[in-house]
Parts: sequence; structure tokens; C-alpha cells
Amino acid sequence: MTSATDRIAITPEEHASMTTTTETAPAAPAPPAAPDPDEQRRIRLGGVDAGTVRTNLGAAAGSLALTWVLYERVLPFSGAFGFLIFWYLLFLALSWAISRLQWDVRTVRERLVQSLVAGSGLLVVALILDQIGYVAFRGAHAASHSNFFTQDMRHTATLSPITSGGALHAVVGSLEQLGLATLFAVPLGIAAAVFMSEIGGRLARPVRTVVEAMTALPSIVAGLFILGVWILTLGNQKSGFAASLALTVMMMPIVTRAAEVVIRLVPGTLREASYALGGSQWRTVLSVVLPTARPGLVTAVVLGMARGVGETSPVLLTSGFTSQMNADPFAEHQVSLPLYIWNYVRYPSTDMVARAFAAALTLMVIVLVLFVTARLVGGRRPGELSRRQRRLVARDLAESFTHPSDGTS
Amino acid sequence: MISRTPGAVRHAEPVGGGGDQAADRPRRITAPVTPGDLVFRGVLRAAGLSVFLIMGLIAFFLLLRGLQALHATGWSFFTQEKWLTQSHVFGIAAVLPDGVIIAMVALVIAVPVALTTAVYVSEYAPERIRSALVSLVDLMAAIPSIVYGLWGLFFLQPRIVGFVRWTTMHLGHWIPFLKVRSGDIGASYTSSPFIVGTVVSLMIIPIVTSLSREVFSQAPQGEREGAYALGSTRWGMVRSVVLPFGRGGVVGAVMLGFGRAMGETIAVALIISPKFTVTTHILENGANSISSLIALHFGESDPLSLSALMAAGLVLFGLTLVVNMLAAVVIGRSRSGAATAD
Repeated sequence: MTSATDRIAITPEEHASMTTTTETAPAAPAPPAAPDPDEQRRIRLGGVDAGTVRTNLGAAAGSLALTWVLYERVLPFSGAFGFLIFWYLLFLALSWAISRLQWDVRTVRERLVQSLVAGSGLLVVALILDQIGYVAFRGAHAASHSNFFTQDMRHTATLSPITSGGALHAVVGSLEQLGLATLFAVPLGIAAAVFMSEIGGRLARPVRTVVEAMTALPSIVAGLFILGVWILTLGNQKSGFAASLALTVMMMPIVTRAAEVVIRLVPGTLREASYALGGSQWRTVLSVVLPTARPGLVTAVVLGMARGVGETSPVLLTSGFTSQMNADPFAEHQVSLPLYIWNYVRYPSTDMVARAFAAALTLMVIVLVLFVTARLVGGRRPGELSRRQRRLVARDLAESFTHPSDGTS
Repeated sequence: MISRTPGAVRHAEPVGGGGDQAADRPRRITAPVTPGDLVFRGVLRAAGLSVFLIMGLIAFFLLLRGLQALHATGWSFFTQEKWLTQSHVFGIAAVLPDGVIIAMVALVIAVPVALTTAVYVSEYAPERIRSALVSLVDLMAAIPSIVYGLWGLFFLQPRIVGFVRWTTMHLGHWIPFLKVRSGDIGASYTSSPFIVGTVVSLMIIPIVTSLSREVFSQAPQGEREGAYALGSTRWGMVRSVVLPFGRGGVVGAVMLGFGRAMGETIAVALIISPKFTVTTHILENGANSISSLIALHFGESDPLSLSALMAAGLVLFGLTLVVNMLAAVVIGRSRSGAATAD
């Protein structure tokens, strides 16, 4: 990181030359109204012009029609999956042919690659939307009955109607386990991140390597570890607390990695200013570095929570299963949303599967809320002020002008 | 604060006198460490070292709990294909290769999609939608694996069976591993390594995509402009500058994806129908992996079979650790990795 900042650092001479170029730059492109052939033209690389759009639309329509004729009528195929593949391949072929009529080989290749990579991006977006949409579609049935959020499964048998039973106990369990895991993982994770970026030394690099290895730890191994230590060796019962320990092992490295990246972005000048004012290291970290990095740290924590709440396999091995409400994570089995889904989706009853999908929908909503929160909070770089902070600064500034005598503080 | 060594004090004195050559020499300033700082550093160091402790404890306890089964089975743990709880026959010779096959299927599907998506996001996508795409890919990584499992079981499987059937009927004669031997009934085509691998591929697409995108976007601007100045099209620039620059990072990302695919549990356990022979035909019903074996068998109360599961978990732990370390080395040695390291 230090070398990167060194490279970006600009010497005064460079800065002078840069400002002169930027000052002359606006003068160079004359108003576009004068089509002088000698005038400098702005060259657009790639981009999408009307010709490309027309070509692609034509190819899409043509290949759709051809696919329908060939795939549905002539060839002995059926099924939506094959249809889409067939259509995509025909589209590529057709758009190559149409482009070849208009442009040279290099341009055609460029256009083809463009549609190929854009197609991949579209596929990924479609997959995400399809997953969210499908879970919402299948889950809406059970989730639309209010008893789903007010009851547990105590009085619900396999063939009970959808108006009986719910996932309240699983929601409570999920939130409690997530809360406990956050309580353990966040201080540990952020402290490890501060260690790597602020103290460093010979140990920082191996710690970073191990943290990265931990991020990729198979989640079932985390569950197996807590099962082996907490339950088999120490002889405790399966409980929500054991599950939160397993979740801690999963969440801590995620928080550490994300937090370290943010803490490193805090400008070194702020630290030096704090030291120059006589601040000790712990003062500097606690009242300068961490507050400056706060939005990013919140993002790191919330992303860790979003990953933690959906983990199934650590919970599966450690929390035990119950169909009853248990609000005490330290005693008895406690179920959580992923475990609820895992258990009920394998029942051969449509109502049970509907309940599992409603629980999946609830889980997705929790994950989405956490994720959007993380994005909204973490949109700023460290040191960049939010609108409210800017307003406060402006107010302080205004006050210092109106009451100059108070400006001693 | 200046260090309180006698030498420093002696150097500091002549400043007032002026004209002394010694005063102009740069002095080494060492701030004293207050007791508060000592405690603070100690706490942070402990937190940093706790990751070693956790990883060490994981390895230690898996080994400790697994030793019983390893003693009972001996080396046959690695050569035995069967896993019979009642007669205490345990072996991972089938589940380990099966897990690798599922991970390979996932990679074959995920890598092309992930790399082209990464190229699109970093090179072709308009500025306006770029950050939205990055967020969406991150969101894809945050979708719980049980949701992937549900989607694969209820949405994907019924729709992909027709494609599987067509493939095995038309290509199965020429390509042996695409054959389905159990006859043309619907159940022959479901719960296969191919379908499981497809679902797992969706889970590693975001990892490979976001790592590769990061590497691609760091390709040096000067070289990009050089390629354009030589008359290259955008694809020519990507092929001659961006892709070679990111090669090491991409290889590392693919290996990380492989490690993740090996460790994936819930979606696999939900979709497969478990079996204990090495898979040779990927479109055929039945597969297994170490992680799904653990997820499906941990409920058995027999201490020896739990111990055997711990041993299997230890093998999985060691394997993913090795793959991830190799990936870290590959990324660190590459040109793009050197640019991102501190």
C-alpha cells in the first residue's frame, strides 16, 4: 500500500504541468458545431452506436424466429433450457453474418466479443434475479398467512394445513445466534485488522495469509470443529450458543479482511497529525483511525453478518433441531432459519415445502436488508463526510464567524 | 517526544548555541512507549495471533477426534470406497474423487461465464451500470447456499433434465462419460454430479468474477493506451494487455473457486442421492462429496462413526488449505499480484 501511495504522490513540478494541461484542455476541442476536417475529434472506443443496436436487434429477432421454426417444429427438441442455448448460438451466428455484410473482420470480431461478454453479464444478472424471484414466488404462499410469523411448529404435523405453524422460533433463533456471533466476531476481527495495518511487523504477513485461508474454510469444517470441541470434548449440549461459536469462526475472517482494506485507506497524515498533537498510539487508533474508517467498518461488519445469517452447515452440526420456541440460546436446542429450511424442505408434503420456501424468503429479505444497508453506509471513502457531517461542519464554521470570541475551543 | 537516551540530550543542547555542525545532523526520534500503548499493542497482537490459535485448534481437534477411527481403519481409510456405519467400514476413496469431479464440473461451467463477465464489467460495461453490476455480483456471493440448493432442486433440476437426456442420447455413444446406464426413466437423470456441479458453479461464479475483475481493472493505463495507439480495437487491447496482465490473478481465482467448490455442503447434500462408488458417468443419478457425507451422517450417535467423520473433515480441511495456499502463492508471484501486494 505504501508503494502505491508513493507512486500516486505528485511532485510539485508534476502538479504544475498537470494543472497547465488541464487548463489548456478545455480550449482544445472547439465547439462541435463547426465540422472542420482538421479539427481534433474525440475518439470513442467501443461504445454502442445505432448501427450496432440495429444489427443486434435484427439478429435477435431473426434468430428467435429461426429457433422457433427449427427447434420447435423441425428438429426433435423440446424444453426451455435447450431453446435458450439454441437461440443464443443462432444469435451469435446471425449477428456475425449481418455484421460481416457491413464491416471488416476486425470490427466484426470486436462486435461479437462485445455481445459475448455482455451476454455473460446479462446471464449472471438474470440468474440472480431469477433466484430472488423464484424464492419470492414460491414463498409468498405460506408467508402471506400471518400465522407464519407468529407461531412455531409445536402443534403442526406433516399434513396440517398451511394456516397452522410458522417460523417465529426460527427467526428468533437466527437473530439471537447472529447477534451473539457478531458480538464475538466483530471485536476480534477489527482488532486483528488493526493489528495488521497499524502495528504490523514481521507477524502481519503470516496473519494475513492465515486470515485468507480462514475465509475459504469450508463451513462444514467450522461446524465440525465446534462439535468436536464444545460438544464432544467439553461435554456441553447442542445449543444456540454453540451455533454462534461456529458462526464466529466463519464471520471473523470476513470482517477482518474487509476491515483491513478500509483501515489502510485512512490517510497517514491524519495519524501523523494525531501523533504531533502528542497522542499515544491507542489514542490515535481509537479516536482518529477507527472513527475515520467508520462507514467502511460498518460495511465490513454488515457484510459479515449477511454471510453469517445464511450459513447452514455450521448450524446444522451444532445447534440441534427443535420445533418449539426457545428464546434462550444457552440451554436446549435452538433452531434457525437455514436449519428450518433444511429440515422441512425434505418432507414429502407440499405445505411443508411451502413453509420452507417462506422461510427462505424471510432469510433472503434479511440478507437483502443487511446487504443494502452495507452498500448505503459504505458508499463513502474514509474521511469523506456524509451530508449530515458536512452540515455540522458548515454550522460550526458559521458559528465561529458569528461568535469569534468563542472560537478558542 | 524525543528518546531519553543521554546521546540525544547531548545533541539537543548545542541547538541554542548555533553554528555547531553536530546540530545539523538529523537525529533519530524515538517516541517513548507509554504503558497504555504497551497494553494496547498486547491486546491487538493477541487478536492477530488468535487466528493462528483458531486454525491450530481446528487442525488439532479434528485430528484428536479423528484418530480413533484412523486407528481402527488404518490406511484403508484412504483406499476403501464404502462407508458403512453399522459394520464400521469407513473409507473416503469414493467420496473424495466424487467431490473433485463435482468441483471440476462446477469449474468447467463457472470459469467461462465468470471470466467473460469480469471482462464485461471491467472493460465493456458503461460507467453508469458498472458499480451496480459489481454490487450484484457481491450480492450473488451473499445469497445463502441453502437458497441455491432450493433453487437447484425445485427450479433448475426439472428444467435441465430434458437437456441432460438429449445430451446423453446423442453424445453418449461417442463420449463414454456422458452415457447413462440405468435406463431411460426420469429418475436416472436427476441428482447427478452434473446437476449438482451446475448449482455449485453458481456459487463460485461470484468469487471468480470479483477476483478477476479486480485484477483486470488494475491493468496499467499506459499499456492500454499503447495498444490503442498501435491501432488495436478494444478486444485486441483486452487480449494483448488486460488478459496477459491478469493471468496469474485469474489462475489464483480459479483455484480459490475450486477450493470453495470442494467445501460446498448444503446445496450438494440437498440435491444428490448419496452413493459410495467412484463416479465415472457425470450425467447419471448419484454422487457424493466429503462435506455432504458429513452433513448427512453427523446425526449418528455411534462414537466411532463420528470419529470417522472428523477424520474425513480433517482431509477436507487439509485439502482446501493446500489449494488456498497454492492459490495465494500463484497470485503473489504474478505481475498483477505484485501490483496489489503492499
